[in-house]
Amino acid sequence: MSDASSNVLSPEIVHREMKQNGVTDVVWLPDSETNWLYLLMKSDPDLRLVGVSREGHACSIAAGLYAGGRKPIILIQNTGMMESGDSIRGWLKGLNIPVVLMVGYRGYTRHGVNKDTAATYTERFLNAFDLQYYIVESDRDADRIKIAFDEAKKRNGPVVILVADEFHGFNPSKK
Amino acid sequence: MMHTAELLEVFKQYRGDSIVIPGRGGRNWVPVNDGPFDLPLGDPAMGGHAGFGLGVALAQPKRKVVLFDSEGDILMSLGMLVTIAEQKPANLYHFILDNGVYATTGGQPVPNAENVDYVTIAKGAGYERVHEISEIEDFKEKLPKILRETGPVFIRLRIYPEIQNEAIGKRRPWMKRTREQVVVDLRKELSLD
Repeated sequence: MSDASSNVLSPEIVHREMKQNGVTDVVWLPDSETNWLYLLMKSDPDLRLVGVSREGHACSIAAGLYAGGRKPIILIQNTGMMESGDSIRGWLKGLNIPVVLMVGYRGYTRHGVNKDTAATYTERFLNAFDLQYYIVESDRDADRIKIAFDEAKKRNGPVVILVADEFHGFNPSKK
Repeated sequence: MMHTAELLEVFKQYRGDSIVIPGRGGRNWVPVNDGPFDLPLGDPAMGGHAGFGLGVALAQPKRKVVLFDSEGDILMSLGMLVTIAEQKPANLYHFILDNGVYATTGGQPVPNAENVDYVTIAKGAGYERVHEISEIEDFKEKLPKILRETGPVFIRLRIYPEIQNEAIGKRRPWMKRTREQVVVDLRKELSLD
């Protein structure tokens, strides 16, 4: 891992973690920084991409995939996660679906003052829904991705990874 | 127009080893069919049954998946039709039980109930095979052929509403298993766990 890459979350690392944790299907809706990851996933013949037009749809699709024997991951942004509240409650928590939601943390900053209400309510939302979550800011946090998968299995329910690298992480041209 | 119970009785003869997601038809399906390949989930969160059916169909491509969705559910998730059409699950049979109303809340009409053309919507979303059936004799005749078509197939079924007005707490529960157990039982039957 290079010094440069260690300061951001590389799409290659995210893709590698998906593979190492047995992900078979990515149920997703693009956010502003996922295009490079999209290209990686699309070029992987062992990953099926299921695109949705509204994030809440991802929950019941993932539930069905799991029920039938696949291992999906949900890849969405925090705005869409909040929109998905009832589907997370009913389809993921209600059916005990051990799925990881990888959620772009739009507006996240550890510096200065947050100016984005999407970030303001993200962790409050997760706490309200009693969803365990792990913040991943850079490649140095990559081991937390496996922890999230293990936690989902142990809890028999959804666990969230907050990708707190929204403004430069998935696009190599911005490194 | 058809009664849900009678059309499910007809379907039962043809279900074979398919996985059946009875959706809003669950109350009529469960009393006579509640094995591991029957997935009655009640209403986990409205609008999601189509997605669940898609997921199961993609995960089990060698087995037919028959979903009895509703017009109220699909109106809540019209975009799901686009996702299903793109994924093209050849084993998914997507029936819509269309009674024109929100039956479980007292029978209020769904928006623009008299004019919505679900078949055209499904076709426009990308379903290549679509049907509309209003009479039970027609259903009996067409069902075997429909179940031989390559999915995803969209079938609008015009049914009589079975309206519920009781407070939810006073309604007689019809599910014999919890939703979680339904998933556990399927996975066990498929030797996944």
